[in-house]
Formats: sequence, C-alpha cells, structure tokens
Amino acid sequence: MEYLLHILILICIYIILAVSLNLLVGYTGILSIAHAAFYGVGAYVAALMALRLETPFLLNLVLALIAAGAFGAIVGIPSLRLRDDYFIIATFAFQIIIFSILNNLVSFTGGPLGLPGIPQLEIFGLTISTHIEFLILACVLAALVYRTASRIVKSPFGRLLKAIREDEVFTQAAGRNVASAKVKVFIISASLASIAGVIYATYITYIDPTSFTLMESIFIISIVIIGGAANLKGSILGAAFLVALPELLRFIGLPSSVAANVRQILYGAMLVIMMMWRPQGFLGEYAFGKNSGDRSQKAEVRTNRGNDA
Amino acid sequence: MMLKVSNLNKNFDGVVALKDFSLELKEKEIIGLIGPNGAGKTTFFNVLSGFVKPESGKIIYRGKDITNSGSHNIVFEGISRTFQDLRLIRQILVIENILLSFNHTNGENIYNIMFNQRSWKKIEEQDKQKAFELLEYAGIKDKANDLANDLSYGQQKLLSLICCLAADAKLLLLDEPIAGINPEMREKILNIISELPLKGKSAIIIEHDMDFIERICSRVIFMDMGEKISEGTPSEVRNDPKVIEAYLE
Repeated sequence: MEYLLHILILICIYIILAVSLNLLVGYTGILSIAHAAFYGVGAYVAALMALRLETPFLLNLVLALIAAGAFGAIVGIPSLRLRDDYFIIATFAFQIIIFSILNNLVSFTGGPLGLPGIPQLEIFGLTISTHIEFLILACVLAALVYRTASRIVKSPFGRLLKAIREDEVFTQAAGRNVASAKVKVFIISASLASIAGVIYATYITYIDPTSFTLMESIFIISIVIIGGAANLKGSILGAAFLVALPELLRFIGLPSSVAANVRQILYGAMLVIMMMWRPQGFLGEYAFGKNSGDRSQKAEVRTNRGNDA
Repeated sequence: MMLKVSNLNKNFDGVVALKDFSLELKEKEIIGLIGPNGAGKTTFFNVLSGFVKPESGKIIYRGKDITNSGSHNIVFEGISRTFQDLRLIRQILVIENILLSFNHTNGENIYNIMFNQRSWKKIEEQDKQKAFELLEYAGIKDKANDLANDLSYGQQKLLSLICCLAADAKLLLLDEPIAGINPEMREKILNIISELPLKGKSAIIIEHDMDFIERICSRVIFMDMGEKISEGTPSEVRNDPKVIEAYLE
C-alpha cells in the first residue's frame, strides 16, 4: 500500500513538472532542457531553509517560487533572444551550471553527499508525515499548478503563446511584444517547477544533486511530448504512464541491475516510436518540431533581418 | 498630413533597397506602390512597420517620430500591415487570429489572469462580438471556428485584411492583397479596401495588378532600385516615359 502511495506521490510531482514545462514546450514552442535545474532550485531552497533557518513550509514554498522565478529571469532574459537551437544550448549550459554548483559548493549544499535529515513538515500546526498525508498535499499542490496553468492557457495570454509558437513575425505585426511574453512564460514555468522540488525535498527528506541532472530534464520533456504537447491533460496522462511503466517492470522479475537499463531503453524506444507514428503525443494537438513549413518561413525573415546587421 | 516619410535609406549588404525615398499621405487617402520585383516596396513596408531599421531618414506619423519605434509599438500607434507571403497563425482558429489582432492586452497580463478576471472577460466578449461582425462583413462567418490553415488561399488573404481592420489601424499597409486569388474574391477584397476611406482609414497598397490599382488608388508611386521614379495619378504614371523605360529594361 505504501508503495502504491509512493508511486502516486511521484506521479503528482511529475505532473507539476510536466504541466509547467508544457507551458513552454507545448504552448510556446520553445524547448528548454533546464527544467530539472529549476526543480533542483526549488528542492534546495526548501531544504536549506528548513534545515538552517527552520522556517515554516509555506514560507519555504514561497521563497522557492521566488528563487526559481529569479533564476528564470536571469537565464531567460538574455537567452530567449537566441533562436531555437541556440536557446536549447543556453538552457543546457544553465542546467550544467546548476548541477555543478549543487555538486561542488560543499559547505553550502553538502556537495555530492546531499542534504540529509530535512525536518518534518508542518502546516498550521498539522504534521504531515505519513504517505497518505503527503499524497493529499502533493495532490493539492498539483491541482493548484494545473489550475494556474489551465487558466493561463485558456486566457488571451495563452492565445498569445500559441501565436508565438506558430509565427513570431505575425504576432509582432499584431502589436505584441514577443520577447517579453517569452520571458514571462519562462519565469512562470520555472516558478511552477520549483513547487515540485519543494514537495520532493520534504517528502524524501534527503536530496542530492543526482536527482536534478540533464537526464531528469529529458525525462520531463519525454513526459510532455509523449503525453501530448499543448495539452495539459496529456501531461497528467504522460506523467502517470512514464512513472508507472518502469514500476511494472519490477513485477516481471528482472534483476535490478538489468531493470535500470531496461528503463532507459524503454524511454528511448517510446520517444522514437511516438515521434514516428504519433508526434503530437497521446492527447496533444501540436506535433512538436513538425511545423517545418512555418520554420522555413521564419528562417526567411531571419535571413532578411540578418542582412540588415 | 497623416504620414510624412523623408529621405529613407537602406542597404542590404551593398544592395540598395531604399534610396532617399520620401512619401506623403493624407488622411483617408489610398495610394498604390508599384514597381518591378526588388524595387524596395516590401522593404519600405518593413521599415515603416518597424521590422527593419533604416540607415537614415525620418518617419513622422501624425506628428510623432516613429522612425525607431519597435514593431509592436507602431501597431499601437495605428499602423497595421499584411504580408506578401501571407502570415497567419495557421494552427489556431480563424476567430483567434482576429482576437489576437485587437489592441486589447488586459487579458494578457498575468496578474489579471490569475486574480482579476473581471478586468478582461468583458472586453474579450465584446471583442468576440466584433470579430464575428467583421467575419460577417467579409462573408466568412461560417469559418470562424475552423483552423486558419483550412481556409482557401483567397480566404486567408481576406482574413489577413480583416485582422488589419480588427487592429483598428488608421493606416493599413497591404502587401499584394490580391495576388494569386480568384476574380470573385478579388472583387470582395477590392470592395473592402475601397470602403476604407469611409471608415476614416488610409492605405498604402503594393500590387502588380494595374487595373486593380487604377480602380482604388487616387495616386500611384512608381519605385525602382529603391528610388521614387514617378508619382501621380495612375494614368500619369502609366504614361511616364521613365516608367516605361524602367519596365523595358
């Protein structure tokens, strides 16, 4: 039973990560591979505050949101000026930098040993310690994140994001500030991701840098793409599917050394299969990377502008 | 004078796109911009709409210098444009394309979305109403909830014109509004454009179809190699020896 609850809590955490990344990848069409870094920022801020200053959970949560949002602005403002591929490289760099800081700033983050013994969680005098209580907390926060994201995508701002994804030049010609909208959604996405980190840190009570690597970012991207880009329900389905799938492997009775590798093979194979036969994912309406027609048009304008430099 | 453009210069890697190009436009006037391919017509639009910065020259729109304004600010000043290669947001609905063109951005403010829905929900409803009216005016109301991608080429051109109307611009820059579309749609678009002055709007139109230009433009400017070669009524320009020479070359 506890095992099942544990899986459900993990699914909630990944729902938060996938939904927040979907705003960026699915709706705005910009691929970031730094999502695990923001997840890590959330986890470390919450853990450090709880350990060193013994601040209450809700304050930690707010501080994590602000910290991740600030990092989002620092990374987003300069790098969102870059176009597609270069932006991905910029987020890649950020991902590596955050990992290196967590791994090497031993006096502060504990380095590779991580931060053990994160104190028990209390909200308004209520102690949250059992699995079921954690599941409720995770569900509530996941629901809040989902609600926030769905409000955003259904609003005129969501329309603006889709417009940017489809054609930046038209969006500019419609009188919209494309650069500022991109920065805003990047900051929102980063902030929301940090919530997952806060839950993870307080739930597991121990964090170390290996939970927030590039592989983790790619796993989150897989959830978004397999579940369906530009569809928030797809992210829920994708998170449930990709988190539960490897757990099923345990019951086949593979030795754990093999199972770990099979897991990676499975993710890779899933991504390839989906890209070939269903690039829009289970529920998505937008096939990531498939709007080659628009891309070439964009490229044209870019060369025009390039000449002008 | 509504628009006063003086001495614009622009080069692309040594190729002259605009050379001392000047132009004046009165309120409620429609003028045609003609010339061979590569004459700098579209570059002029790009400069005027803020997508490309000129090397020198000045653009005064309604007494305000907009030479170095960003493209999104220029739209809010009241200048809206269409694109020759037909830019529409194909994977979103027809109606959403129009809604995006309205100059209301309350609903794009994150704070308003999360905590103050009242500040934009009503405007959004009114915009929707107006968008349907515009679609009805254009005769494609039944397509409102289709993807823009599913419209025919002519309907897409029509839609991009409608988007300019939604922006409530006072000056429309139309880049080849009727190139490559059927005669029926051509009449429809011609009607909409010819009604612009009645609505207090002006337009500059790039078009190769001289018959179309003669029917709606009171004044025509002929450009070649980035320069203004000739200016006057359509028949004056058509019979200008310099124009004939440029076309024969």
